[in-house]
Order: sequence, then structure tokens, then C-alpha cells
Amino acid sequence: MTANLHLWLIPVLPLIGAAINGLFGRRLSRQAVAGIGLAFCGAAFAMALWVVSQFSSLTPPYVEYVAHWLRAGAFQVDFAFFLDQLSLIMLLVVTGVGFLIHIYSVGYMWEDSGFYRFFSYLNLFMFFMLTLILANNYLLMFVGWEGVGLASYLLIGFWFVKDSAASAGKKAFIVNRIGDFGFLIALFLIIQHFGSLNFNHVFHNVAALSPETNGAGLLTWIAILLMVGAAGKSAQIPLYIWLPDAMEGPTPVSALIHAATMVTAGVYMVSRSHVIFEHAPMALMVVAIVGTLTALFAATIGVCQTDIKKVLAYSTVSQLGYMFMACGVGAFSMGIFHLMTHAFFKGLLFLAAGSVIHAVGGEQDMRRMGGLRKKIPWTFWTMTAGTFAIAGFPPLAGFFSKDAILFRAYVSPYGSWVYWAVGLFTAFLTSFYMFRQWFLTFFGEYRGEEPHDQGDHGHGGIHESPKLMLVPLVILAVLSVTGGWIGSSRFEMFLAPVFSSHTTAHLVAGGSEESRMLLSEIEKMEHTELLLTIASVAAAGLGLFLAWFLYYRRPQLPQQIAAALGGFYQTVLNKYYVDEFYAAVLVKPLIDGSSRVLWHGVDQGVIDRAVNDSATGANEVSDAVRGMQSGSIRSYAGWVALGAAAVIAYMIWMGTR
Amino acid sequence: MVPLSYYLILSGILFACGVTGFLIKRNIITIFMSIELMLNGVNLSFVAFAAQWKALSGQVFVFFVMVVAAAEAAVGLAIIISVYRNRETLNVDRVNLLKL
Repeated sequence: MTANLHLWLIPVLPLIGAAINGLFGRRLSRQAVAGIGLAFCGAAFAMALWVVSQFSSLTPPYVEYVAHWLRAGAFQVDFAFFLDQLSLIMLLVVTGVGFLIHIYSVGYMWEDSGFYRFFSYLNLFMFFMLTLILANNYLLMFVGWEGVGLASYLLIGFWFVKDSAASAGKKAFIVNRIGDFGFLIALFLIIQHFGSLNFNHVFHNVAALSPETNGAGLLTWIAILLMVGAAGKSAQIPLYIWLPDAMEGPTPVSALIHAATMVTAGVYMVSRSHVIFEHAPMALMVVAIVGTLTALFAATIGVCQTDIKKVLAYSTVSQLGYMFMACGVGAFSMGIFHLMTHAFFKGLLFLAAGSVIHAVGGEQDMRRMGGLRKKIPWTFWTMTAGTFAIAGFPPLAGFFSKDAILFRAYVSPYGSWVYWAVGLFTAFLTSFYMFRQWFLTFFGEYRGEEPHDQGDHGHGGIHESPKLMLVPLVILAVLSVTGGWIGSSRFEMFLAPVFSSHTTAHLVAGGSEESRMLLSEIEKMEHTELLLTIASVAAAGLGLFLAWFLYYRRPQLPQQIAAALGGFYQTVLNKYYVDEFYAAVLVKPLIDGSSRVLWHGVDQGVIDRAVNDSATGANEVSDAVRGMQSGSIRSYAGWVALGAAAVIAYMIWMGTR
Repeated sequence: MVPLSYYLILSGILFACGVTGFLIKRNIITIFMSIELMLNGVNLSFVAFAAQWKALSGQVFVFFVMVVAAAEAAVGLAIIISVYRNRETLNVDRVNLLKL
């Protein structure tokens, strides 16, 4: 702990940018706003790079204490920052991808009247996200957690005059509150039983307990409630419904918040709390099942979507499911690995989709695109890199991370072949819907109308995006291609000190007898790994072939298939009617209960009635007593005399008693 | 020696007369005189108690009351003259400009 890293600067820098743009942005020119937004975000990124350069000289976890926050008896919370390998990777991903998306946004949002507002919100988001990542305790993390929710709400509803955007923002906020409720209860349980929210303290105490192998105890409940919070933030079943609607926000927002960074906060939180989860195998199973189901479920919906951004949204939900599957089988570092590669390729895909939308003048329906390959070559090639990466073709980034997750799901002591099989099928679906999107957008004939001039766009036909937007695309494309070359084992070695308290560390260091056996077992599975790899690449290839066949070779066929499937297709097209189900089962009873019982019954019947009746009563009493106030002096004097007589009579009575 | 109760009863009668006069009379001057009557009823009880308990404070009180009553009479009569000049009546029921 020799060097002082001044970690607190990393979140505070974007906050300064947000404050300047938010307070004075209206009076500044667009160049100045963009300059401020980029400078402070870039400074945070530079700071992160500097921290990386210093990292080797540290002995992680490095804790930086800034100030006291709360103290109640023995319970104490500080403003303190925490840096280890895990937060370092998150730090790099968030500031790096975030900076690229800031650059892209300058081009994308240039014509928007809320330009300064947008950059203020983006910087605000960076502040909260970095607070979340660098927090030393759960409460500070929760501040960041809520803050990114706020920034997400503001940015989804950025075009708040549009009704759908405003309600999508509200939906995201409310659904997240449900998750946060679980998170909060988990924090209360932690405070009650461990008397602290400090990561080191809590994990140290948890590690001293024995795993709850039979039955659900305290740790299981804490872990499951944490998972509820993570499911809200990271859009898992049953709280995933807000993410597709969140696509109402500007596309850079979808890329930054709803693909690359914020939605992965849940994965980060679960990984950060890995000690708790590893002591609660049942909770781990819940995580794995939720993740696997979400991956499959969202992928099937993604197959039927026609909106280019909705496809990517469901794909994000599905990929997040993979990450939770990895966490659920105890392969936390693989979850983080996929988180990182996903941030590259999904950020890229969203930005490229934004570039496509920009090119065709705001159209988002893929059925009215097509043949764009020649017209917007840069976008096409970068998006191709992203598509191949997410589909899991070697040697692109997605292949390494996804394959590692599938392998772990198969061999891990917490894993099972079921996870693997579902994951493999999902990989096939992923490949299929991504290439469906690719073929629909870039190949065949152009099916839309020539984009007409939209005033704010100054459009003249389909055109490539400005350089400012292409540069981030190219950088992200390079990262999507090369991001996986670190290799999952080297990545795991790097993260091993973080996840060292349990299985993974034993695997690396060859700890106890049991885990050494496990290690040799995995070594025996080398050839299994090869088989599994071949299987997943085959699944990706099959998806590509099917997409090619259905959407390039025989474009008529999909409609016939859809017609043949009939009701099932309709169900999937309508997202399994989950929104409708929630509306009927949860929202409608809530509204009915609120309006009938609480509004008409309690509010109007009891509270309003009490107020109104006391007012009426006061009126009536006043009316009755008003006669006394006649204005005639003699009547007043009479009352005074009467009163005096009464007082005297009372005193006499008291005196003679 | 006259017993205390006689004085007190006389004092009470005087006070009651004052109150009654105040309540039923319409002429301002009569009302004014009724007030004086009440004050003097009280004064009588003060001196009676003072004599009874051989305490001088009662007598001192009476002097205070008399001084205040004199001042009050000076102000009150001035007001009455002013009222009469403006309204040409001394009937209190007609002096009702401040009533609603």
C-alpha cells in the first residue's frame, strides 16, 4: 500500500463534466459541450490506464479510504474505494467502452436539441457506474447501483415528449425497484448478521462459516435476494421485461447502458459476492437456472423480432443469461470474461445498428432494409465482425468466452449437461437470429423507401455515417476480433486472487485433496473440451447456414414457416405474452386495488372524509355560535356579566364545599 | 360598628345597579354614570375590607381607582361631546357605524 492512487478521482471526474454540462450546457456551444463531455470521460479513462500501469506494484485488494460516511454504534460505513483484479477489469471496460461511445455520441446526437443534456446524463452515468465498481462496501455500491438506474431512466426517457419513451423509462425504473427491494433486504440481513457492509469484513466472516449444503439457511437467503437485485438490474427472468422497452432511448445509450455496462452490474455484483454464493449451493443453482432459462427464452424471442434494436436487446438479455449461467456453475471469471467480450461486441453491434438507422433515416424495421452492404461498407464490415463474434466463430472474442462458459457448465461440480445442452441450443439460436439480422439488413434488395429529408437530418439518400462515428466502430470491431485472444485460462489466472477463496483457486493452486482430484478430472476432460468446442462451433455454423438459407436463398420461406407454425409463432412474436401476463396478474390487480380500496375506500372514504367532515363541523358550529357576535355592546356586556357571575358562583361553590 | 356584610351587600347592590343600568340604558351619559356606579361599588367593598382587616392597601387601591376613573371621565366626556357633534344623538343604538 505504498502508492496513493487517488481512485476517488476516477468517478468524480465525469461528475464534474456532468455538472458543468448540466448547469451551463445550455449556454455553451455544441463544440464546447462535446469537448467537456469527452474530456472528463477521457480523463477517467486515462486515469484508469494509469491505474493499470501502477497495478503490478500493488498488493491487491487495494483499499483507499476517503472519508467517514455513517456511524451508528458499532456499524460504520465509509467513503472508501476498493481495487482488485475484478474491479480493474470492470474499470477498463466501463471507461474504455464508455469513452468510445461518448465519441460516437458526438456524431450521433449532433443534430439533437438536447445535446448538452445528453452529455450531462452520460457523464452522470459514468460517475455512478464507476462508483458502483470501485465501492468498498455494499452501501456505496448501492448508491452507484441506484444512480445508474436513475441515469438509465433519464436516458431511456431522453426523448420524453414521445409517450412510449417516457413510459419505457418509467417501466425500467419501476421494474428495477423490485429488484432493488431484494438487494436492500439482502443488505439488511448482512448488516444484521455481520454488522458491517464492508466487503473484506463480510467475506471474511462468511468464509469462516461452513457451506449450507443441506437446506436453505441465512446465506442462501442473502444470496437469493442479491440475485433478485441482480435479476432486476441485469434483466433476467422474471424482471427482464424492461430492457427491450429501454430501446426507446437513443442508440448510444442502448450501447453503453443497456448492453455494455450497466446491465452487467448484476453479474459484477454476483461475482463480487462470490464468497456468499459459494457458501450457498442452492442459491448458485438458482442463479444457474435463471441464467440458463433467460438465455434460452430471450433467444427464442429474438428470433422473431423485426426491429433491429429489439433483436439486439433480446440478444443482450440472452447473453446476460450466459453470464449468470457461468456464475451459477461457479465459473465467475468466465462470467466476467464473457462480460468483457460482450461489452466489446454488443457495444459494437448497437453502435453499428445506430449507424444503420442513421443511414436509412430513422427506420428501425429490418423488413424495410436490405442491400445496405454496398452503401455503407464501413458499418457493414464492423457489424460483420460483431455478428461473427457474438455467434461464436473462432477466433473472434465471443467464441472464447462462450465456449469457456459452455465447457464449465458441462464439467463444473455445480454444472450439469442440461445447462450445456440448453446453452448450446441457445448458441445456435443466437447465431441464427444474428445472421438473420445480418442478411436482412445488408443483403438482398433494398426494401424500404428512399429516406426523405427529415429536416434535422439533412438527408440525401442512404449515406455512411461521419468519421466521428466510424472510428469507435472500427476500434470496437478490432476489440471484438482480438478481445478473446487473451484466452480464458490466462484470464482466469489473472482473476484467480479475487475468486481464490474457493473452488477456482483450488483448481489453480491445487489446494485440497478433493479439488486436486477435480483438477485431474478436468485434465482428463481435455478431449471433452475439444468435442464441446466442435459442437458449439457447429451450432454457430448451423445457425449461419439456416439464416442464409431462409433469409438469403429462399426469402419467401420464413413467412410460410411462420404461417405453418400459426399460434406458436404468434405467441413468440408477441414475446410469449409476458408483458400481457404481468399486466393481467400484477399490474391490473394493483391498479384495481389501489383505485377501489386505497383511493376510493381509504383515501376518499376515510382520510378525505375526516378532513372534510371536520371542516363542515367547524362551519356548522360557527354558524350556531355566530349569533353571539352581534356587534351590540350591551349584549357583549351582558355576556361578560353572565360569565363573571358564573365564575363567582363557581368560586363560592368551591369555597363553601 | 356596622358589620362587614352590610357594606358588602350595599356594594353588591350598587354594582348590580351599575350593571343593570349599563345593560338597559340607551343614553351614553347614563351608561357612563352606570360605569362610575360599578366602580364605586367596588371601591366601597375595598374600603370595607381595608377597615375590617386594618390594611391600608385597600385604601390605596381606591385612590388608584379614583384617579383612573377621573381620567376616564375626562376622556369619556370628550368622546361623548365629539360623538354628539358628529351624530347629533346620544343613543348608543344609533352609533353603529362600525357594525356590519
